Amino acid sequence: MADVSIREAIHDELAHPVADTNTGISNTKLAMWLFLASECLLFGGLITTYLLYKTPLTAEQGPAPKQVYDIPFTSVSSFVLLMSSLTMVLAVAAIERGDHHRVRTWLAATALLGATFVAGQVYEFTVFKGEGMGYTTSRSSSAFYTLTGFHGVHVTVGIIMLVSVLLLSLRGKIPVSRAETVETVGLYWHFVDVVWIVIFAVVYLIP
Amino acid sequence: MALIEPGPLALNSGGQSDDFKPLGVLSRPVAPKASWRRWLFTVDHKKIGIMYGTAAMFFFVIGGSEALLIRAQLWAPRGTLLSAELYNQMFTMHGTTMVFLVVMPIGAAFANFLMPLQIGARDVAFPRINAFSFWCFLGGGLFLQSSWLFGGGADGGWFMYAPNSGVLFSPGHGIDFWNLGLIIAGIASLTGAINLIVTVLNLRCPGMSLMRMPIFTWMTLVTQFLLLFAIPVLTAAQFLLMFDRLFRANFFNVANGGNPLLWEHLFWVFGHPEVYLMILPAFGLVSEMLPVFSRKPIFGYPFIVFSGVAIGFMGWGVWAHHMFVSGIGPISVTTFSLTTMFIAVPTGVKILNWTATMWGGKLKFTTPMLFSIGLVTMFTIGGLSGVTHSVAPADTQQTDTYYIVAHFHYVLFGGAFLGFMGGLYFYWPKLFGHMLNESLGKAHFWLMLLGFNLTFGPMHILGLQGMSRRIYTYDAGYGFEIWNKVATIGAFLLASSVALFLFNVFYSRVKAKHLPNPGPDPWDARTIEWMIPSPVPEYNFEPVPTVTRVDDFWYRKYAETPDHRLVRVHATDEVAQPGGATNVHLPSPSYWPIVAAFSLPFIAYGLIYSLWLCLVGGIALVTALYGWALEPPDHPGGDHGDHHGPDDESSEGHAVPVEAPVGIDEKEVETVG
Repeated sequence: MADVSIREAIHDELAHPVADTNTGISNTKLAMWLFLASECLLFGGLITTYLLYKTPLTAEQGPAPKQVYDIPFTSVSSFVLLMSSLTMVLAVAAIERGDHHRVRTWLAATALLGATFVAGQVYEFTVFKGEGMGYTTSRSSSAFYTLTGFHGVHVTVGIIMLVSVLLLSLRGKIPVSRAETVETVGLYWHFVDVVWIVIFAVVYLIP
Repeated sequence: MALIEPGPLALNSGGQSDDFKPLGVLSRPVAPKASWRRWLFTVDHKKIGIMYGTAAMFFFVIGGSEALLIRAQLWAPRGTLLSAELYNQMFTMHGTTMVFLVVMPIGAAFANFLMPLQIGARDVAFPRINAFSFWCFLGGGLFLQSSWLFGGGADGGWFMYAPNSGVLFSPGHGIDFWNLGLIIAGIASLTGAINLIVTVLNLRCPGMSLMRMPIFTWMTLVTQFLLLFAIPVLTAAQFLLMFDRLFRANFFNVANGGNPLLWEHLFWVFGHPEVYLMILPAFGLVSEMLPVFSRKPIFGYPFIVFSGVAIGFMGWGVWAHHMFVSGIGPISVTTFSLTTMFIAVPTGVKILNWTATMWGGKLKFTTPMLFSIGLVTMFTIGGLSGVTHSVAPADTQQTDTYYIVAHFHYVLFGGAFLGFMGGLYFYWPKLFGHMLNESLGKAHFWLMLLGFNLTFGPMHILGLQGMSRRIYTYDAGYGFEIWNKVATIGAFLLASSVALFLFNVFYSRVKAKHLPNPGPDPWDARTIEWMIPSPVPEYNFEPVPTVTRVDDFWYRKYAETPDHRLVRVHATDEVAQPGGATNVHLPSPSYWPIVAAFSLPFIAYGLIYSLWLCLVGGIALVTALYGWALEPPDHPGGDHGDHHGPDDESSEGHAVPVEAPVGIDEKEVETVG
């Protein structure tokens, strides 16, 4: 049974031509692009809400988000998240070369960097709460936590996907013919990063 | 082929090689010939389409009963049938049910059943996600309706304006049920939209370029794009409302600076594309039916297509005409007045093209044709009253009166619903293999048209007289009595026409046992779904056709002489597919879509009552998603022909070689290679 993969390859090539779709883009990749397009509107709605509510109604209603931000700290965690996009690209490049060892290394690195970012967010939330900005404190705090929390959940889902792919790869279920799996997860991951760039700029940096 | 050792083919994705004996739930169900399991675990787009339609009719009866209660309450001044509280719940649940659980799913039913047939596909791109979408819609809809059993329905109107939607003004759980139920139904719409867009773009048969697609398929594509971008905006707004109501956030809490206008904007940015995505599928159906019964090609195919696309784009720029009296300022009012006037243009183009299609045609007034003409005329009335809303000063007078109620029922019932009814009569043989009775159908049409106009026609007058909507009663002496009585009589006529339709369904089914099969093409139709047997075989097309022009099937039957006369060149039986193909590889059924979908209402109940239920639902969801991702593409021992359905890709998006029967010999392997 050593030739299972060869038999697979033959079956793949003959019965399932690579670009057997009208657009030449595989169904799954096109679906991911469409999903991400739709996500833009979800985050669009939440970012708009934050911009409308960025200051509390009155000063008595607790601190505004921009009074409690620790820009250097968040810059570092943003940098960590951006670097995870780099490792994700390296993972995709590795699977296309068929270098399974490096695929696993870079997937693990990406998941780890993502987890670092989420940990930083949890820490940041704890500090903000300690400084008197709870979820229900003011309209600004609700908007801030909802927007960044939604993003954090997206990163967490991405980490779960990365770890799942990593486990599948360790069990030998991600051959080169399935390279697109890694690429599709990568699309999602890059999207989550890009959204963070927008959130970091709009929410944290612009006064 | 020397590379291939004799012996069983293994699943590519697992270590199981010699004896593949998957653990119970990780195998895929084997569908017995006739059983409820055949429907429960199906991934067949036709079965899913039929289930969408059936569920929508079920919710239609619920929403219709609510409407009858409303009309009975308004029969006379100071009615006492419903209390003010109950009346608020009735009109809220009526609107919500009709929009989200009737019109949208009937559109989805046609899109699911018909669109893959029209593009010559074997199934949709993601059959399991398709099943998930349906069960998710059903779960969300039943969850929403279950609010009646848990202390009453939502009471804020289907648009659920803040701050009335807050706990302060609506302390019961009705609005929570509304909110969470529609989030679940939104997930169904979103996954469905992605699935159907990929199907249209990727799975067209050879020769089926975009500009050769049937109009219904085009309108489905536009509709699904509208859903793709409109649903997340509503979902975002509903999450904000959920956090407000369940976790005491401050988004719409006016005391802490929450802005009710934020909800209005988010809701109508969703809500106006929503009305177009409800009407466009019906426009598509009418564009299929009118040419068939006029025996002429559709007039100006590219104009019909591009006006639909234009409606799709312009639909995003008119939302604030729902908010002219909310104080958005003169510049906004002017802008949205203008865009609202402009969007009437592509709609007018369609009306013109349909009229021109009928002009000079050999009209056959069958039931589907009557409903189509009904749509064109009734929608025109509704469209014209719609344009009057773009005149902001007039709209200021009309806001919140029955004039608005009259308008949107003319476009949604007179437009969308009549179109869907015509579509049902038209495609019934494709759905179930027999025709609906024509005489009963025509009686149904005339009774429905009469009831509809008696119900909603007088509401124009009531509105202009100043009768407010959403108020549970009215006083005598304002001249409202007579028209309210007419409307109530009309509503009950309308209900009896629906009963007549349901009777026709059962009557025709019984009668059909003594009638011959109507054959593939009972209407002498134009598009390729009519070249396959009625009812449609499980594999749709075999062989997959090659299309060379718009209305391809028509031109296989007919040719034009030099002086532009039609001559029949082939009998239908010569060009239709006989059916009876075997050995077509189709996606296997799956347990996981329904498990994943039904875990969501558990999470929703949990958010309202006890977070422990969320844990149960969450575990079920995660289990289902992993079961889904890891299940084999086929049931073991399944037949593997050379023809491949779209589910040969796993959920992670790569081609998965399909498991062959155990004990396959080399000769069979050679045929694969």
